[in-house]
Amino acid sequence: MSTQESLLQVRDLRKRFNISGDFLDQLQFKGGKIVRHQEHVHAINGVNFDVSKGEALCVVGESGCGKSTVARTVMGLLKPSAGSISYKGERIDHLSDTALLPYRKKMQMIFQNPYASLNPRMTITQTLEEPVRFHNPSMSGAEVRERVKEVMYSVGIDPGWGVRYPHEFSGGQRQRISIARALTVEPEFIVADEPISALDVSIQAQVLNLMMQTQEERDLTYLFITHDLSVVEHFGTRVAVMYLGTVCELAATKTLFAEPKHPYTQALLSAIPRLEDNRPNHIKLQGEVPTPVNLPTGCVFHGRCPYANDRCRQEIPALIAQSDGSQVACHGIEEGRL
Amino acid sequence: MNTQTLEQRPTAWERFKASHFLHSFRTDKVAIISFSVFLFFALAALFAPLIAPYDPYDPAMIDIMDSEIAPAWSEEGDERFALGTDAQGRDMLSTILYGTRVSLMIGICAVLMQAFLGVVIGLAAGYFGGRVDSILMRIADVQLSFSTMMVAIVVLALFQAAFGAELYAKLAIFMLIMVIGIAEWPQYARTVRASVLAEKHKEYVDAARVMGFKSRRIMWRHILPNTLSPILVISTVQVANAIISEASLSFLGLGMPVSEPSLGSLISSGFAYIFSGSWWITVIPGVVLVLLVLVMNLLGDWLRDVLNPKLYKG
Amino acid sequence: MALLEVKNLEVTFGLRQGAVKALRDVSFSIERGERIGIVGESGAGKSVAAFSILNLISRPGYISGGEVLFEGKDLTKLSPQEMRDIRGNRIAMIFQDPMMTLNPVLTLGQQMVECLKAHRKISTAEAREVALEKLRLVHIPSPETRIDQYPHELSGGMRQRIIIAIALLLDPPLIIADEPTTALDVTIQAEIMELLLELCDSQNVGLILITHDLGVVSQVTQKAVVMYAGRVIEQGPTKEIINDAQHPYTQGLINALPQQTLPGKRLNQIPGSMPSLQKIPTGCAFHPRCEFVIEPCSRELPGFTRSGGCSVACHMVKAMKEKAAAAG
Repeated sequence: MSTQESLLQVRDLRKRFNISGDFLDQLQFKGGKIVRHQEHVHAINGVNFDVSKGEALCVVGESGCGKSTVARTVMGLLKPSAGSISYKGERIDHLSDTALLPYRKKMQMIFQNPYASLNPRMTITQTLEEPVRFHNPSMSGAEVRERVKEVMYSVGIDPGWGVRYPHEFSGGQRQRISIARALTVEPEFIVADEPISALDVSIQAQVLNLMMQTQEERDLTYLFITHDLSVVEHFGTRVAVMYLGTVCELAATKTLFAEPKHPYTQALLSAIPRLEDNRPNHIKLQGEVPTPVNLPTGCVFHGRCPYANDRCRQEIPALIAQSDGSQVACHGIEEGRL
Repeated sequence: MNTQTLEQRPTAWERFKASHFLHSFRTDKVAIISFSVFLFFALAALFAPLIAPYDPYDPAMIDIMDSEIAPAWSEEGDERFALGTDAQGRDMLSTILYGTRVSLMIGICAVLMQAFLGVVIGLAAGYFGGRVDSILMRIADVQLSFSTMMVAIVVLALFQAAFGAELYAKLAIFMLIMVIGIAEWPQYARTVRASVLAEKHKEYVDAARVMGFKSRRIMWRHILPNTLSPILVISTVQVANAIISEASLSFLGLGMPVSEPSLGSLISSGFAYIFSGSWWITVIPGVVLVLLVLVMNLLGDWLRDVLNPKLYKG
Repeated sequence: MALLEVKNLEVTFGLRQGAVKALRDVSFSIERGERIGIVGESGAGKSVAAFSILNLISRPGYISGGEVLFEGKDLTKLSPQEMRDIRGNRIAMIFQDPMMTLNPVLTLGQQMVECLKAHRKISTAEAREVALEKLRLVHIPSPETRIDQYPHELSGGMRQRIIIAIALLLDPPLIIADEPTTALDVTIQAEIMELLLELCDSQNVGLILITHDLGVVSQVTQKAVVMYAGRVIEQGPTKEIINDAQHPYTQGLINALPQQTLPGKRLNQIPGSMPSLQKIPTGCAFHPRCEFVIEPCSRELPGFTRSGGCSVACHMVKAMKEKAAAAG
């Protein structure tokens, strides 16, 4: 583990969603009796990680692996079903909205869809000034405008555009505005939920550069959620690979890309289409991702893993630290089979 | 930092002139005609005291000898009364102008009341969801299962029986607004709730929550402005519906008193004379009512087409 | 004769602000069994190009010029009836969202049989046999049970396989795939791409792959067509374009990829963004974002210059070629 100051600690985080509907929908007639039947989607199943100050921890995984749920739970948009989230040593997962207020200034979020993350009926200035006024009621109007202007400059948006509405901007510009909104309250920690996946390649580069620039200028820490491993390789300090609601490998970016250990990480890395490829040359996985409603027993990956044995089918593997500092949740690695 | 520039920003008026809204209005003949007719009625009603040749509320100006004079264009007509007179000798043109005024006022005020109740309840139900939503929407269901007319008839008849016709005549306009307003809020509540449910999952709402804004602020400042389009659409149709409800109640004798007639009570009061040949007392206000309701419905249809986010993304 | 030859295709959208050219001067050709990629960012006109090949542009858009020669016939001149016979039968299309093609209330078998019977005189039993054969071709496990399932019972990757099976039903010589894997995860994307590649080889089918992903283009295609603001700016053998792009935009696009930069360093970004079709700059549409602007760029539309196996629409490249020719 890194010895740097840990900003965010997530311990055994679990989140499940009840998908069984109303009380009346839950009643089922079974074997001559009426029973109440509930179904849950197990979105996160015991996730542990720390985010150290100043780093960019990337959470990678395919759709449905629970990475966005992690982001939303960390930000308090969802209440965890179990486990704890601590910010600088203080538990924040069960705080009320009012008690969370001081943390809202320190933790901010950037969203995926630049077309939905700005209120279409508010001008850019309104969108950016509202949080400043809300969190700094003592600030004068001039101070608020000064702060907003400074932030707009820093993300490359001309303050003169403030009178416009979001639909007058392109996707990349909107994403800049979203970043500006998060920066208005001067946060130290930003959760970015797939901030560039809705953008074009040339615009992705602009936004990634902007995020790296603001990280240096403002000493920010990122929790960066993405499905795009090539971005991770470039942007992340450390990477957590998620599969079906669990972290299967957590390592420094260099280590992970040089030497992926978990069979799933290996498959995921091999599937990135690279410019130098002449044809797809990925590791084929058998079957498909199981549904998070009925989780497989043991290791969630065992059904698709070519190296699975009986222990994998029964026992849930824990994240175990390796000699090179990475952490892997795999019985095969632990036993030295792989 | 790369500099990006946009061209000079057009003024609000220029933007309105170039908007999809105005363009589709200008290219739609039905919308133009409906709007002109509606505007005509609305202005006529608003300026009734200036336009009307007589004051139908002033007994001094009414002469019973002038009763049942045919419209000016027929052979028995009198040029003093363009549209003839009713059974009490009131000038039909003036009465209709004032009647339209009363009908429109009841319609609009009743809809404001519906909108207020419906928006508050719909916002709360949609935003909080869960149990709050279940309870509020069940109440709406119950309310909807009583028809507007049934509620109105029971309430108004009880009031009339309990407090006498005289007091009723004085309070009729408020009673009608109250009854029609309360009876139809679930329409609004359902529409608002549906659009709140759609908006609530958009990321700008999450962004507002992450900022730590209070629920009330998010509901009113962030979500409500984005649900205005459907509210506007149903409002036009609801005003028409409220006018019809008021007319029906008046026709049944539960609406506006004869001394202060709305279109409905005019139709009702003339109905007794239709077989004695004085058709105009009923037919002319009837035509006005039908036209008014028709153009409002047409405008509502047009608005729905223009503002429908599925057909057009603003 | 090429299987499909697009010549100077032009598509116009009649908007009330005036006519807008969504596609200008687009030309490329494809042989049977060949795979070409049309690359560009959103707004480049790559989907419009695909749709106009099948004459699927709907009002207010229309094909305002050029030819689409398919097996010698100009598709832009065909009647709607004749065009229906080409679509699906001779040219199949694969969309980004499988649910756009699949009818949710019919089983896969019903949809496939219906599609076969619409174009061929064939009994239901025979059609079902053909459908099963195609499902096996796209490696659907246990096709006999899958064929009687509804689309919602399948996963995203499985649905896209079904779509490919449906595209292959009538053995078309050409398949157009519009961002077929954009909605899918990387591991599934890799599987689908491999499947497409394998099928093109084994069935001798031509493939037009429309995508924004240069990595995918590199893996799958032999030729690439790069589009910007409704125009082809560079085309040629994929390897040449990836390894030695001539047009500054193509270079910028390739260099902007994170893998082209050392980790932690700033990415090579192209400033600005794609112009909207109403406001395409004069001359070369890329010139406001280009770092190599020379004198004619802002007023003159660049013609094509041959450079190796590629043809490039760039004044700069042309000037350099001329200089080299004069020197040597």
